[in-house]
Formats: sequence, C-alpha cells, structure tokens
Amino acid sequence: MEQKKSDRFAETVLPHLDAAYNLARWLTRNQHDAEDVVQEAYLRALRFFDGFRGGDGRGWLLAIVRNTCYTWLERDRGRAHTELDEDTPCAECGPTNPEALLLEKLNAASVSACIEELPVEFREVIVMRELEELSYKEVAAAAGVPIGTVMSRLARARKRLEDCLTARLKGGRE
Amino acid sequence: MSCEEIRNLLSAYIDGELDAARSLEVERHLEQCGLCEVASEQLQKIGEAVRTYAPYYRAPAGLESRLRAELGAGTTHEFQARPHNSARWIRWALAAVLVLAAALGFFETIRSRREARELFAREVISSHVRSLMANHLIDVPSSDRHTVKPWFNGKLDFSPPVKDLAAQGFTLAGGRLDYLSGRPVAAIVYYRRQHVINLFIWPSGNTAVARTSITWNGYETICWAEAGMSYCAVSDLNSSELNEFVRLVAK
Repeated sequence: MEQKKSDRFAETVLPHLDAAYNLARWLTRNQHDAEDVVQEAYLRALRFFDGFRGGDGRGWLLAIVRNTCYTWLERDRGRAHTELDEDTPCAECGPTNPEALLLEKLNAASVSACIEELPVEFREVIVMRELEELSYKEVAAAAGVPIGTVMSRLARARKRLEDCLTARLKGGRE
Repeated sequence: MSCEEIRNLLSAYIDGELDAARSLEVERHLEQCGLCEVASEQLQKIGEAVRTYAPYYRAPAGLESRLRAELGAGTTHEFQARPHNSARWIRWALAAVLVLAAALGFFETIRSRREARELFAREVISSHVRSLMANHLIDVPSSDRHTVKPWFNGKLDFSPPVKDLAAQGFTLAGGRLDYLSGRPVAAIVYYRRQHVINLFIWPSGNTAVARTSITWNGYETICWAEAGMSYCAVSDLNSSELNEFVRLVAK
C-alpha cells in the first residue's frame, strides 16, 4: 500500500521537478535557496498527497512550491509582506512610452534583472504565465488568488517590465 | 470604453483570456485608436522578450537523486530502473520503426505522396514522443556544440551540423543517436523554456525530405532539406516559435 502511494507520487510529481525548481529559483532569486525550497516542497507534497485528487500534477505541485517559497521568504528574510493595491484601475497602464522597444537590443541579463526587480507577487505571475505557460485559471489556482487579480497583476507586471527594459536600453543603468 | 479601460484589458486580450464580448470590444477599439494599438504592440514585445530571453532554470543534476533519497526507498526502484532499460527500449523502438517502415512502404504504393509525407511526419513525432517517454533523450549531454558534434564521429557515416542558438533563446542540451525509417540519424536536442525540441538530421542521399509542416496530437514537425542534408524539427512548442527555430537553424 505504502509502496503504491510512493510509486504514484513519483510518477505524478517527480516529472515536474524542472518546473518546481524554475519557479523556486525565480522566487528566491538564489540557487541554493531554490534547492532547499524544492526539497521542502516535495516533502510537503508527499504529506499532502492523499488530498491530491488527480488531474494536473504540475499545477498542484507549483501551488505547494509557491507557498513554500512564501514561508521561506518570510521566515529567512524577515521579509515584510508588502500589501499590493489590487483594486484601483491600473494607473501605470496609462500613456505608453512612445519609444519603440527594440527586441534585438535586449539580452538575457537585462530581462532577468528586470524580472528579478519585480515584487514577488508580480514575479510569480510572470513566471507562471510566460515560462510555464499556465492559463489564468491555472495561475489563479497555483497562486491562490482570484482570476481578476491574476489579470491585473500581469498587466502591472508587464508595464513595469516595459519601463525597466526601456530604461535599460536608454543606457541609464546597467 | 475609454482608452484607460482598454489599456487595463490589453494584457488579458493579448493572452486570449478575455471573454468574447470584451475581446471584440478591444479589437474594435484597436482598429480606431492608434495610441492603444502601439501600446498593444509594445505589450506583445514584452511577452516575447520574456519568453525569448528569461532563462528557464532546470533543476541541478544532483537534486533529483537527493529528493529520491529523502522521499524514501520506495520511490527509488521505479525511477532508477528506467535508464537501464535501454536494451528493451531499443528493441521496442526498432520493432516500432520496422512496423512503421513496413507500413510506410505499403502505403506509399497505394496512397498519394502527400499522405506518405504525413505518415513520415507522424513517425518523426512518434520518435520525438518516444525520446521523452523512455528517459533516453540525450546520449551526450552538453551545451557546447564542440562537444556534441564530435561525439557523432564513428557513430554515424556523416557529420551533422550543430548550431549554438543560446543567444536566441534556444539552449543546446545535447545529442543522441536515433532511427528514422530504418536508418540511423542524428538527433540534436534543444530546450526552449520547458519545451524540448528534437532536431533530426540525416544525409538526403537520393531522396531529400520534402518541405512539410504537419501538426499531430499537439506536436508539430517541420521538415526541410538543404546542402545535402535533410532536417526535421519537432516539438510541442507553439508554431511561431518553432518556425523561428527552423529559420535560425536553416540560416
């Protein structure tokens, strides 16, 4: 019986190790912390596995990784949780920057740096949406927030990325 | 809707996550409003920049074994057994290839060339799927093309071209030997975010592969021939990114 459970667990959850690590690496911004978080998340996942009703193993695991990251961020960094203003319309989404962003001039270093500068609540939706290609519904489930919140966080996150990348292209900071 | 309201919806509109009514409203607005149209294009570029340049961090090599150890002995046998199954895998793959080759030969005589091409594309896709299932994706793991290319020496009667496309967001992961229609081919493996791309390469000989692009079971394969070599790229990646990959390889 035990054997069967651990086999089923290995089959359902271990194949998503890269996805788990990628999310943890972006949220902790650090390789060693990401490894610790992933290990802890897998132990948690094994404990909660009886509650897994089948379906999308990746989304289920990412929700656990995400929560483990948050616990870790609060515990090890004494990080004050910044309350994000969710409800007001996206004021920053106003006048667009008239200078076109030249994709060819971007590179991995500047894009990574701009993503890492985002608040963690914005960073997680960008990673889940753009890198894991989750739908808004799946992101909402993994992040434990309503779909509307996913929508507004993504809009704001992208606007911030745009500003950050444009500033970098202007050579303002490196 | 005002421009401000539209701007709030643009992000979800681009992601295809708006309901039909609001999506239509945004679409109509964009047709008339130049500024919002520019904003929309800019936003699409941001997504493209993230998908192209943001690294997808793969789990470090030791992590999986540490996890297995921690999760208990029960989980280990299942996962460690697999890599040693390559003999069975090869027999199984050969049998599958033989069956497919036989089917291919049979169908070619009675069906149109187009259907044969489709069948070949399916064989390529099956080969791709098999490489993911059987835990035998890579024989020579390396992101260095100067390691991957020489590895094929003595294993194949040709030397496959291997390109480094890391700067364009396609990470070289390694290579392996594979079989297509009963002949050994080079399979070069690239990653794009979490997606695996297999690039099959073999000398064209008398019959170069026809230029085809076929989607089957959620996978797409694009085949072409150039400079005496035949190529098939296959992945579950979206079509525009796979085409971009092909453009870069063929360049």
